[in-house]
Formats: sequence, C-alpha cells, structure tokens
Amino acid sequence: MATYEWQPLQRNYDLESQRKSLVTEAALSHPLQSITVTDVKADKRGTQAKKKAEDVKKSSSFIDPLSSLGPLASSFEGSDPLSKIASQGIDQAPRGTRTKSEDGLDETFEPWSAKKAGILTKYTTSEKLSITTSFLSSADKEKMVIKSHASTTVTDKVRNRLEQLDDFEEGSVQEMLNLSQQDYVKRIEELNQQLITAWENDQRVKALKIVIQSAKLLSDVSVIQFYPSKFVLVTDILDTFGRLVYDRLKEKAVYIPAGSGVARSLPDNFTPDMVSEGAKETCRNWFFKIASIRELIPRFYVEVAILKCYSFLNVGEYNDALQRLADMIRGIGDPLVAIYARCYLSRVGILVAPQTKDHLMPCFDDFLTTYSQVHSDTVQNTLAVQKMEMPRYLTLFSPALDWLLQCLANKSSEKTLMEVLQKSKKHCNSALLLNSIISAFKPEFVAVRAVQFTDMIKECEDTGFPKHYLYRTLGLCLVMADPPEDQQLTVLNEVWKTVMKLKNPADYIGCSEIWIEYVVKHFGKKEVNKILADIIKHMTPDRAFEDFYPQLQSVVTKILAHIHDFSVLFSIDKFLPFIDMFQKESVKVEVCKNIMEVFVKHQVEPTNDPVIINATMFVCKTMHDSVNALTLDDERKMISNLIAGFIRNISFGRDFERQLSFYVECRSSFSNLDQVLVQLIQNVNDLSMETRRVVKGNHSRKTGNFVRACAAYCFITIPSIQSSVAQLQLYLLSGQCALLNQCYSQKIPKTLQVDGKTRSTEPILVEHIYNFLSTLLIVPDNPDAGVLYLLRGLLNILQNYLWETQTDYKVLVYTRVLALLSAMSQDSYLYHADRVDSNDSMYGSDPKFLNELKSMCSTLVEEVLSYLKTLAQSELYKRQSLVSLELFQTIVCHGDIREPSLFSLATKLWGLAQKHGELDTKIMVRCLNGVKSKAAASTIREYTELASKLSLESRT
Amino acid sequence: MATLDIKLKKANKVYREGELVKGAICVDAGKSEIAHQGITLVMEGSVNLQLSAKSVGLFEAFYSSLKPLQLINYSLDIAKPGKLPSGRTEIPFEIPLKAKGNKELYETYHGVFVNIQYSLKVDMKRPLLAKDLQKTCEFIVEYSDKDKAEKAKPKPVQFTISPETLTNVKEKQNVPKFKVKGKLESAVLCITKPLKGELMVEQCDTQIKSIEIQLVRVETCGCAEGYAKDATEIQNIQIADGDVCRGISIPIFMIFPRLFTCPTLSTNNFKVDFEINIVIVFQDNHLVTENFPIKLTRF
Repeated sequence: MATYEWQPLQRNYDLESQRKSLVTEAALSHPLQSITVTDVKADKRGTQAKKKAEDVKKSSSFIDPLSSLGPLASSFEGSDPLSKIASQGIDQAPRGTRTKSEDGLDETFEPWSAKKAGILTKYTTSEKLSITTSFLSSADKEKMVIKSHASTTVTDKVRNRLEQLDDFEEGSVQEMLNLSQQDYVKRIEELNQQLITAWENDQRVKALKIVIQSAKLLSDVSVIQFYPSKFVLVTDILDTFGRLVYDRLKEKAVYIPAGSGVARSLPDNFTPDMVSEGAKETCRNWFFKIASIRELIPRFYVEVAILKCYSFLNVGEYNDALQRLADMIRGIGDPLVAIYARCYLSRVGILVAPQTKDHLMPCFDDFLTTYSQVHSDTVQNTLAVQKMEMPRYLTLFSPALDWLLQCLANKSSEKTLMEVLQKSKKHCNSALLLNSIISAFKPEFVAVRAVQFTDMIKECEDTGFPKHYLYRTLGLCLVMADPPEDQQLTVLNEVWKTVMKLKNPADYIGCSEIWIEYVVKHFGKKEVNKILADIIKHMTPDRAFEDFYPQLQSVVTKILAHIHDFSVLFSIDKFLPFIDMFQKESVKVEVCKNIMEVFVKHQVEPTNDPVIINATMFVCKTMHDSVNALTLDDERKMISNLIAGFIRNISFGRDFERQLSFYVECRSSFSNLDQVLVQLIQNVNDLSMETRRVVKGNHSRKTGNFVRACAAYCFITIPSIQSSVAQLQLYLLSGQCALLNQCYSQKIPKTLQVDGKTRSTEPILVEHIYNFLSTLLIVPDNPDAGVLYLLRGLLNILQNYLWETQTDYKVLVYTRVLALLSAMSQDSYLYHADRVDSNDSMYGSDPKFLNELKSMCSTLVEEVLSYLKTLAQSELYKRQSLVSLELFQTIVCHGDIREPSLFSLATKLWGLAQKHGELDTKIMVRCLNGVKSKAAASTIREYTELASKLSLESRT
Repeated sequence: MATLDIKLKKANKVYREGELVKGAICVDAGKSEIAHQGITLVMEGSVNLQLSAKSVGLFEAFYSSLKPLQLINYSLDIAKPGKLPSGRTEIPFEIPLKAKGNKELYETYHGVFVNIQYSLKVDMKRPLLAKDLQKTCEFIVEYSDKDKAEKAKPKPVQFTISPETLTNVKEKQNVPKFKVKGKLESAVLCITKPLKGELMVEQCDTQIKSIEIQLVRVETCGCAEGYAKDATEIQNIQIADGDVCRGISIPIFMIFPRLFTCPTLSTNNFKVDFEINIVIVFQDNHLVTENFPIKLTRF
C-alpha cells in the first residue's frame, strides 16, 4: 500500500473571508409581511380562522411575530390543538358566567353540586343506620329466607311464608337495621338505580313508591349527625325522579306548530299553550297522585321534586306553588328536618324559577320563628338519646341555612341584608344564624359593616354554637373584601382580643390561619410579627404545633402571598422561629420550597442583602439536606432549580471576591446536587469573564490571581459532578474560559483523562471532540511536554477508546483532526485568544514543527484508508462510501492537491465513493459542483483538472 | 291476535250532558284479515247502590242489593257482519250524551256503597272457534254550567278545639291541656279548588305527634226496609308532623281527589255527602277529632 504524503494547503484566511462575504443590500420589505398569503389559507380553513385573519388584516401592517397576538400566532390558531383548547377555555369562561347572570344568579353563587361533596365528607357517622323500604336487593331477601329456615316454631314459619308472599306481591315494607354508613350509601345508590330501572320498565307506580319511601327516610332523625349527608343522598334520588318525570312529559308533549301539520317536540322555552292536552292531563295526574300522599314530608319532597312540571300547566304557577310549599313546611315539627326541607325548596326553586323570590323571605321568617324549637323537649330528648351536645347539633344546621341565605342573598340589595340582620337580631340573636349570614352575603356587604359584625358576634347569645367559627367566617369575608380603612384596626383588635383567649389549639389555629391574611394584607410587619409571636406562643405548649402543620403551612403561604419583599419578610423577627416550628422533615422541606418558589418568582433584582442571604441560605440548606438516595428525580430537580434560582439572584455587584467566596460557601453547602454545582461553575466562569470585561482584557496581577482562583474553583468542582457529560462540557467551557483569561497553566490536561471514562452516547461525545479540537488550535504547547502533547494524548485515547462498531465516528473525528492539523500548519491561525500566544507565533512555522504535523497527517490518512478497507463488505458499502466522500472533501478543502499523491488519492476516493452506487446522486452532484466552483475561484489549476477527472456515474 | 280498543277524542275523558262523545274504535287485525259477525257499541250509565253489612245485616246486604238505576243506555251497530282488512282499522263514532227518559245525569262518582259510572262498551261478535272481542272504556261525566247547580260561596268556618269543646269524653282530667285555633276558608267548596285554611296550636301540654285532615264521605241508601247511612274515609292528609312549633299558623290544604268525590248529591234513593275531620294525634296516640260537614259544588 502506498503511503500518501499529506500536504496542507496554504491558505490566506483574510482573502477567503473577503471573498465569501456577500454584498449587502438594503432590505425594503419585511419577510414576514406576506401575511396575505396566510389569510387566503385561513379563509379556506373556516369561519373562525377567517375572522381572526380579518382582525389581523385590520390591525397594523406589521406586528411583532413573537408576541402571542401577532399574525403568526393567529395563523396557527386553527392548527395548534393546545392553543385551540386554551382559547376555547378562555371563550367559555366568560360565556359561562354570562349565562349564569342571565339566569339571575350571582357569579359568586356556589352551586349545590359544589356543596354536596363537602357535606358528605363532613357529616359522617359510625353509628348503625336503618332503612325502611320494600325494595330490598335480592341478596337481602335471600338472607331473610335463610333466617326463616332457621326459625323453628310453626307459627314463625307460617308467618314468614306469608311475609314472603307479600314480598312477591308488591314488596312489603321492611326495616333493615344495623347498616354501616357505607352500606347505607350503597343502599341508597341501589334505590336510585331501581328507580331508574322501574321507570324504564314503565313501572310508574313502583317508581313513585320508591321515591316516596326514600323521601320518608328524611323524616327519620335517629342518627342525627348523619342527617345532612342523608339529605344529600336522598335528594339525589328525588332529583332523578323529577328529571325523569319532566323528561317523559316533555317527550310526550309534542305540539303542532301553527301552519304545519307535523308534530314537533317542544322547544326548551315552551309555553303551556303549546303543550298538548294529553300531556297536560298526565301532568295533572301526577300532581293529583302526589297530593294524595298521606304523610307530610314525602308529599312535600315529591311535589318539590317535580315542581318543574308546573311549567306544562300554567305560567304563574311557580310562584304560588313555592309559597304554598314554603307554608307547608311550618307543619314539620323537627327544626332540623324543617330547615332541610326549606333548603330543598330553595334549591329547586332557584333552579326552576331563579327570578321567583317571594318564598324565600317567608322561609327565613319561619325559620326564625320556629328557631325556639331547638330547645323543645322533643329535640332535647333526641339529643340526649344520641348523646350529642348542643354545639355539634347546631353545626348540622349550617349547610341548609347557608344555602337558604345564599339563595336569599343572591342578587339582593343591601336592604335585604339589613332586613335579615335586623330580623335575626330581634328574634334570635344566635351565633349559628350570624355565621350563616356572614358566609352567605357578599363579602363587600359584610366588610363595610365589619365593626358592626364584630359587635354582633360579641353580643350574640352563645347557644352552643362555637364562636370561633364565627370569627373564622368573618375573617374569610374580610380577606375577600376590604373593610373601610378606619375600621381595619378596630376590627382586628376586637377579634384578636377574643381569639387570643381561645384555649383549644385547634380552635385557635383555625381562626388565626384565616386572620393572618387579613393582617398581612392591611398592616405592616410589626403587626404580622405580633401575630406570629402569638401563634408561636399558642402552639408551643405540649408541642401542639405537631397536629396543625397544614394550618401552619397555610399561614406561611398566606404571608408569602402578600409579602414579596424578602428584606421585609426576613426582618420579621418571628418568621424564622415560626419556620422552626415545622419539625417534621417533610413538612419543613415543603415550607422551604414554598418560600423559595416565591423568592425565585418575585425577587426580580439580584440582591446582596446579608439578611436575605443568610435566611435563604438557611432555607436552601434545609431543602438540600433533605435530599437523599431515596429522593425522587423530580423532587431533586425541583429543589435544584430552586437553589439555582437563589444562587442566580445573589449578586454583590463589583465585589467579585465576595461573590466568589459566596460561591465557595454554596459549594460546600449544596455539594449533593449536580445541577446546583453546574450552576455554580457557570456562574464562576461568568464571573471570570466579567472580570475580564472589567479590566478590558488587561489583567493586573490581582485580577489575574482572581481569575486563576476562579479557574481553580471550576476544576476542583467539576470532578464532584456525577454526570460525565456535564463534566465534559464544563471542562471544555471552563477551559476555554480560562484560556481567554490567559491562565493556561492549570487546565486542559485533565480533560484527556475524562475522555477515556466516557461511555455516553457517541454523538454527544463526537460533538464535544469537534468543539475541543477547535479549541486546541489556539492552545499553545507546553514547552515541557513536547510538540502537540495534547493532541497526541487525545489521539491516543481515541485510539484506545472502544467505539461502537455500528458507527464511523472514529474516522470522522480523524478527518477533523486532519483539518485541524492543516489549520495548524498555516503561517497565521484563523483565530486567536486575546493575549495568548498560540503555536503559530511560538514556532513561527518552524519546518521541524511542520514536518511533525505532516507526519501526523500521513499517519491519520493511513488510518482512515485502512479503516476504509475494513468496510469493504457488501452490507457496509454505504458507510464506506460515506467515509470516503468525507475524506475526499477534507482533502479537497484542506489538502494541497497540487501534490500528485493527494491528487490521485482524491480521484480514487471519488471513485470509491461512487463504486457501489449507495450514495444519493444529489450529494455527489453537489460535491462536484463544490469542486468546480472552487476551481473557478482559485488560481490553482489542479482543481479544474480534478473536476474534469471526476465523473458522475449515473445510477442504474 | 286481533285487538279491540276504544279511543276517545278528549284526553281527559270528561263530558257534559248534551255533548257529543266522539271517538273511534280501533281494530288491530294483525297480519291476516279478520271476519266478524257485527260490531256493536253500547253507552251505559248507572247508579249502583249497595247496602253495607254493618247497617242492614250480612244476609240482607247480600241478597237485597238494590236494583241499579239506569241513567243512560244506548246501543248502536258500528259494522255489519263482514270482514276487516289486516292491519289497523279505525271506525269513528259519536254519540250524544243524553239521559234516558226523564232521568238526570249525575256526576261520575266512585264510592263504597254508591257508584255512579258511565262507560262505553264495544263488542265484536266472531264466528265459531274465535273468541268474541270486547272492550270497555269508562268516561267521566260532569255537570254542565247551564245546570241549576249551586255555586260555591265563601262561608268561612272558625273553630277552636280544646278539652272543653270535646263532647264524648268522660274523664276530662285525663285530657291534656291544649288549645288549637283555626279556620276553614269555606264550608261550601268548589270541587276543583283545594280545601284551604289554617290552624294554630296555641298551647299544648303534651307533645303532638301529628295533625291530619281526613276527608270522609257519607253515603245514604234508601230502600224498602228503610235506609242505610255509612261514613268512610276517602283520604287522610297529614299537615303537621312531629311536635310543631306553638303559635305558628299551619296551612290546611287538600286537593279533592277526582272520581272519589263529586258535588254533594241528594236524590230520592240515595245521598252522597262529605265531611272533613281535623285529627290531632298526641304522643301517646290519643287523638282528638273535630268534624266539619262540607258541601261540594262543581262551580
């Protein structure tokens, strides 16, 4: 095999770059202005896009394409599913509220569905419940049969058989006892299902029976603390029933529009005169049937359930019906049952006729009048039997009362509030009522009368309804709406006086959790500090804080939500002690994360406030220390991000030394987190570049030392990073940085060792090596280590490195090294690091040096060629062609083809590349054109010759 | 399988004297044509009286049931013997509603001892080996307004119930102290309007379990041996459940059930009257009842 002598092409970089630079031309039209084209497209796409596009047309001729409102964004509108969804979301939100307000509801009106879940979770019981129904599931019937077999006496048997007969007939009413709450809920669910099945099977009577029996459950107060939940469950059945009846009637009530003979189903906003006589009759029958239900409570509930059906009969029926039903509730003796009945009435009322309100005030009046029933013997007996205290009993009223007042307050004026207040003051100044009033009415109403309310809370009779609930509710209101300025302090003083005296930590924290937001919102750090101190004082005895982490956390969150200035925040003396109360690791970390999130978000300008630094450092350390081997990746990432954010936000301005020492401190504190270390190294590099900029490249001894310290910092830190890819990149970066700062003594050797270790994905490595090679160009040789010590070292490592056999990266790297060597043999290099003498000036094109380079080149060329030979297998032809083309290009660009051996090598390679026809002809053509243009531009006539010699083999 | 049905034009099936009862007879012959030996339609209306065992004795009640009073009896041939095609056939008809002879049409009423019923009956005679088909359909008769019927006029009734007003109590000291005041809006009521009123428990020493409104019919049948008068409950509506609040007015509200009530009726042979009972049930299941006769009218 012939050896090929490499002869680098001598190049004049200045000349080349001059030639390459294009002629500049003034730009007259903006490339993005061709919006009209987009418009045409958008027109086709659909009306929505069209409208958008028209909007764009109307707007000014050019809009910043990066802003989301720009033409690009709108032209993407139709195609990008995410933005589509987002825009829909935006579209729908206001529409939803609009329809609601058309319905006559406040925007703040909390729908029942939202309340339901809350009630179900709040009012639970471990007591045994019972259901009275004739619609048992089959499993239960079997159970009964088994029981009957067990009974021995003849009479028992006979009776049981008779009972079973009854069962088959129509299902006798039976009571199921000893149900747990889950069972109970399941049963009710079953009833609901049975109702639907019965209805679908046209068993209307059975359906009605199920509903009546369900409604009857509501008259039973035997497990009273479960009553609100029971109400929710049972009214679900009733709602289902109401819907079924209404839908069926509507389906039945086809009408024939004037002028057409075809029956049509009713529109949604039909009037009674459109309803057919048959449907009206059926509807009347329903009401007749229900009116004959013997018992009051089922009769009431079932009628309310199908209240909506009155719309088939008369227009003005709602109002009368609602008032009559409201009066009917007076007959219910049990106050709890009665208030829930009122709740259901108002609930259905607001759905079917939101404008009708005449029944609400009487409902409320009735409640006030009958409130005394709470103290009646019946109720007291029930409570005594069930061992329930008055305060808990009263809380059972809240959901219903809240709802009633919410309906009352809906779209009402301040006058209504005043009326309600006066009435409740007059009749029963009860805490329960006041609580519901505060929570039901608009916070603005309440806020304006904050002082009045505090007085009322103070005065209201303590019938057992805990007052701290009141303060809590009031707090919630005042947080939402600001009381007048002159009242703010008075209110706080009044409230806090009482809150401070709360003995039970749970009650106390419940209140203060709410009120802290009020304080933070309206007062300065002095007050906040005071409150925090007070909370600490209350929470510390018996380590009470351990039970209230969530509340304490929410206190912190609320403070953070309003105080964004961290110098203020940390100057609150009690803040850090407060944080110290979180003694459970996970909670503490959670809180720390919170703090840091806010810090990262709101600390816009870098700071050097020692207080902030110290405190945040402490917080960060806590987070950092929580990371261990078991920490999830996401968690680790999040913490790293937060800490990195903190580091970025600390700046000492021109005091670089302090900055560096801060980084040193950080390194020692956060040594476990790769990402933080990376951030630190980046920052230090940044710092040294900053230094360079400040001294304008002329390092004095002092700055030189400092920069060297920075470099040292980097090179010491890098090895402790776990990710080798990150390590490599940082090495290179730090190396380049150090080089720019003229401190070459410290650096790159280490890089070499790292290379060997890498087993990461090769493309990254190859990229890295390319980058590294171009850096090597300007790295001067170490006089002690011989010519091109670094490059040789690198080549050795590459040689020994286990490349993946599927790829040709090794050879590709070699071709790049060839290019580098060619560049190195130029008289003057393409680029220099400022104030660093590269090899060109060091050796001054010493022939010895050049020869050294040449011999290295030749070796490399041989390497590549021998590698090419190994690829001479049919399945590897494609790779062979690629590599040979690569080498060919390198020769053409960097080699001197005037050298005959190189010339012939080039032609051979070209032939080899084409030999198997594995390459895209287009690539070859492009390549050939490249050579031709080079020939045209250059004075070297061999290019022309070469070009003529290269032939394109048309592909078969 | 062939089916026979009567469809009335009016959905609520309510007719007044002099009106035309319009409708159609629907025959669904199934897949094949159907042969018949004539279809007849009969309109019937009668008052059925029965004596209660309680008032006249079991034996007599069984045997001497009074002869039903025919108010109306028409018969007409709808179709001559022949064949009906397969599928559905509708044969329309109309019959004027008019009393027989000099009789009077009473309102439909379903009671225990007195029943006033009107019906249409269609009969399809069929040849051998096929069952005759028959279908009956009840329709409802109401007084027409040109009748001399009495109009309801407000006649309020105030009442007070207390131990003193009770009449059949022997030991007054056992009765708890209580006082219930109230009023009925009227004792003469239109049958289509609800019974309204209110009552208020002013005072009651013992707990109340329930307050109910009972609607009672009083049916009187006259016959050769004399007459029988019986009161039975039609419906019972609870208006208060549990120990109600004292001093609050509780609404009395009851809708008169259709068919089971009719305007108060008095004829030579029988009488139908209605009464209202207000029943107060105490915790110990003792109850106090106050009776109010009422008069129902159509208008």
